[in-house]
Amino acid sequence: MTVRRIALVLPLLMFLGFVALAVYRMGEPQQRVIASKMVGKPVPAMDLVGMDELHPGLNDGDLRQGTVTLVNLFASWCAPCRVEAPQLKELADKGVVIHGIAVRDTPENITAFLKDHGDPFRRIGMDPNSKAVLNLGASGLPETFLIDGKGIIRKQYIGQIRPEQVAEILKDIEEAKGS
Amino acid sequence: MIPEIGHAALWLAAGLALAQALAGFRADGGRIAVPAALLQGVLCAVAFAALTWAFVKSDFSVALVAGNSHTAKPELYKWTGVWANHEGSMLLWAAVLAVFGALAAIRAKGLGERFRTVMLSAQGFIALGFYAYLLIASNPFARIVPAPIEGSGMNPLLQDPGLAFHPPLLYIGYVGLSVTFSFAVAALLLNRVTPEWARAVKPWVLGAWSFLTAGITLGSFWAYYELGWGGWWFWDPVENASLMPWLAATALFHSVGVLAARGALKNWTLLLAVVAFSLSMVGTFIVRSGLLTSVHAFAVDPERGIFLLVLLAIYVGGALTLYALRAGTVTAGTPFRPVSREGGLVVNNLILSAVLGVVFLGTLYPLFLEAATGEQVSVGPPYFQTALLPLLLPLVAVMAAGPLMRWRAMDWAGLGRRLVPALVLGIAAIGIALALGMRSPLALAGVALSAWLAAASVMIFRGRKLKRVRRIPASVWGTALAHLGIAVTTLGIAVSGAGTIETLANLAPGGRLSAGPYTAQVDDIMPAAGPNYTAIRAMLSVTGPDATIVLAPERRTFVNPGNETTETDIWPRLTGNLYAVLGPGDGSGRWQVRLVWQPMIALIWIGGMMAAFGGLISMMQGRRRREDME
Amino acid sequence: MRALLPLAFLVLTAAAEGPALPPAQEAAARTLMHELRCLVCQHQSIADSDADMAADMRAVVRERIAAGENPEQVKSYLVSRYGDYVTFDPPKTGANLVLWAAPLLFLAIGAVAVWRLYRRKGA
Repeated sequence: MTVRRIALVLPLLMFLGFVALAVYRMGEPQQRVIASKMVGKPVPAMDLVGMDELHPGLNDGDLRQGTVTLVNLFASWCAPCRVEAPQLKELADKGVVIHGIAVRDTPENITAFLKDHGDPFRRIGMDPNSKAVLNLGASGLPETFLIDGKGIIRKQYIGQIRPEQVAEILKDIEEAKGS
Repeated sequence: MIPEIGHAALWLAAGLALAQALAGFRADGGRIAVPAALLQGVLCAVAFAALTWAFVKSDFSVALVAGNSHTAKPELYKWTGVWANHEGSMLLWAAVLAVFGALAAIRAKGLGERFRTVMLSAQGFIALGFYAYLLIASNPFARIVPAPIEGSGMNPLLQDPGLAFHPPLLYIGYVGLSVTFSFAVAALLLNRVTPEWARAVKPWVLGAWSFLTAGITLGSFWAYYELGWGGWWFWDPVENASLMPWLAATALFHSVGVLAARGALKNWTLLLAVVAFSLSMVGTFIVRSGLLTSVHAFAVDPERGIFLLVLLAIYVGGALTLYALRAGTVTAGTPFRPVSREGGLVVNNLILSAVLGVVFLGTLYPLFLEAATGEQVSVGPPYFQTALLPLLLPLVAVMAAGPLMRWRAMDWAGLGRRLVPALVLGIAAIGIALALGMRSPLALAGVALSAWLAAASVMIFRGRKLKRVRRIPASVWGTALAHLGIAVTTLGIAVSGAGTIETLANLAPGGRLSAGPYTAQVDDIMPAAGPNYTAIRAMLSVTGPDATIVLAPERRTFVNPGNETTETDIWPRLTGNLYAVLGPGDGSGRWQVRLVWQPMIALIWIGGMMAAFGGLISMMQGRRRREDME
Repeated sequence: MRALLPLAFLVLTAAAEGPALPPAQEAAARTLMHELRCLVCQHQSIADSDADMAADMRAVVRERIAAGENPEQVKSYLVSRYGDYVTFDPPKTGANLVLWAAPLLFLAIGAVAVWRLYRRKGA
């Protein structure tokens, strides 16, 4: 008889579980964020062609030189990349080493983009067919990776860097230096 | 002025729904509930007509029209554009609900005045929630000041004749199940779970099921030709959301048969009646709230999602609480043997419920896991195909036997004799398929099961005299046609699944590629223009063993709003479809051309429509005494 | 003139699909593409998406298969980057075992319920 009673209440309990899950999920931000599994691991092997004489290419060795660096994945066709440009400029002005990876882009378009929105980059590697994007486990643009002096990926910032994030990133860089 | 009339009609309908809901508490409530239900049908028709008028006349002072329409849009899409947006589709939902309420008020007299009043009261409660939703959170008639001179246009993917049929059919199916829901609630409240109740509710289930089947079938066909990937089912959350109420409704009208005949499976049938419409609402919620992401574009709004969730919690939570409290008091019916028509229907329900459970779990699993562990997973076609196969194959196998079984009890030997022709045909089908070169064991199993089921579905007519064909009850015709339809769909799935050949090449004019027995040559790639788009069109001359034709797939670039779509060109025949898609160019004069040969794929949708018509025919049975109940 | 506009646009978005493969390898690659989730789309496989990123992922699949990897290795490369999210075929490990056992589990629960039904009535 008790099994029977449980069977009668079970549908209600299952439904309440669904409602709880929905309430929990609705509180989350709408945009799904796919975290890279490369965080905590060494930068994968890569060797990207430079954009022009001012911006030489980028390989994984460049990211193991003892300095903490930011690697920013961007493109001239990416609207949010324009929005985060001032924040990158601010970080660069504060002495942070920033390298760019230009995704599915051409040197002409990037030159125009940097002219309009500022140029925070030391190196710019060209990634014409998203190889580096996939290798880093990035899923969209823009994304920024924080890499420590030994070439270990320490953090991933998904989406555009907002003004209030600058301080947080500077703090993360200090922490990465300590290790 | 006309939009205000529509808006006022909605408010009036909401007032009437409130009166109708409260009428159930009065002994003489029928005097209020019945006219209230009828008037709501009229008022919602008025509201819907008013919004249609605003769209057809391109009245951009209505915010919804301004945001979703455009004067340059072809005439057909001004009409169908009414429900190609969130507010309009919810108004369609409410209007269908009101029409069903009115129908229920007229037709559901068989169970007595009190029952009808309580049932209409439940229907009124549901309607009230959706009116509140429309009026508070999602007003389709809201004005915009100043009115823009031009609207911002409609999603090009929706500018297709498919939009004229798929959503209305699906909504009639979804919302038709609300009547079943109200029937179940009234039966629980009045303790009227009887065979008469089952007979009264059956036409409503069958009707809703038929429309749901047709809606899903057309939706699958629409996705097949519009999205340009050649697939017909993607196990996407939105598709699963429509499949779940369908599975519950399928189980429901089979279990209703047992309840009508033996007075058994009372609790289970009640639960299915509640669950079927609950899943319709859960589906609407999932789709509209953005809870799960989907390919099928829907406007997503979290605040509205919360409103819908509250409605869902009230209706489904309320009904399931009522079930938990009252269902225990329901008495058992007369016994039957496991090997009997009733026993067959129990097996049907067992497997369908397991299928429903798997679809439900698979759809929501990523949410569960992320909530519990933070891990992100995706569940898609590979899971559903693997997990459902061990359920679907036996389901098709036993559904052949079901209608051939006698009520109450029969012996295995008798059943075996009736299935001999089906067995012979099934084995013959394997032989034919092998001879034609089919080697995939799964496809061979599908072909064999299809032949087995088709033969058994014809065997339903065994022993009936041709002279007395008019005496054969509609339900027998309906069952045979619906089961035959499933056999046809199974054949289409098996053959197209095993025999699809897809080729992809970057071609310049003059280039060739082949798929299956057909070779296409690119004659020309040229610009073309439509009413509100420009396009690149490839002219492919296709030669094959039996014919020569020209296929002209396009890539369209729409203005207002700017958007690109691929327009497939398909040569559909019973033997197979040749499916051509024009991909992007590589910049040096070569274009990606995709050619897909899909043998017998059309049978998938033909079978689906046969099943839908079978359901409608069964529904015609109405209250006539079931002759075959022996 | 207006009609020529899309031509220019499409040239810019032309996507590379990777190397041409012999039919058997291409078939294996396409099967895998149907299993891999497009990361910038809504619940679509990379086989079923027009997104540039999906095209780039298709190219990577073809390149790796052309280089002699089997589909399982290609998949584990992407899983090492994105986790299980990238595959529509959840691995049969850990909590996912419940998911994979579900068909038989549900059938078993149902069978017990049916058995109880007949036992109650059989008398």
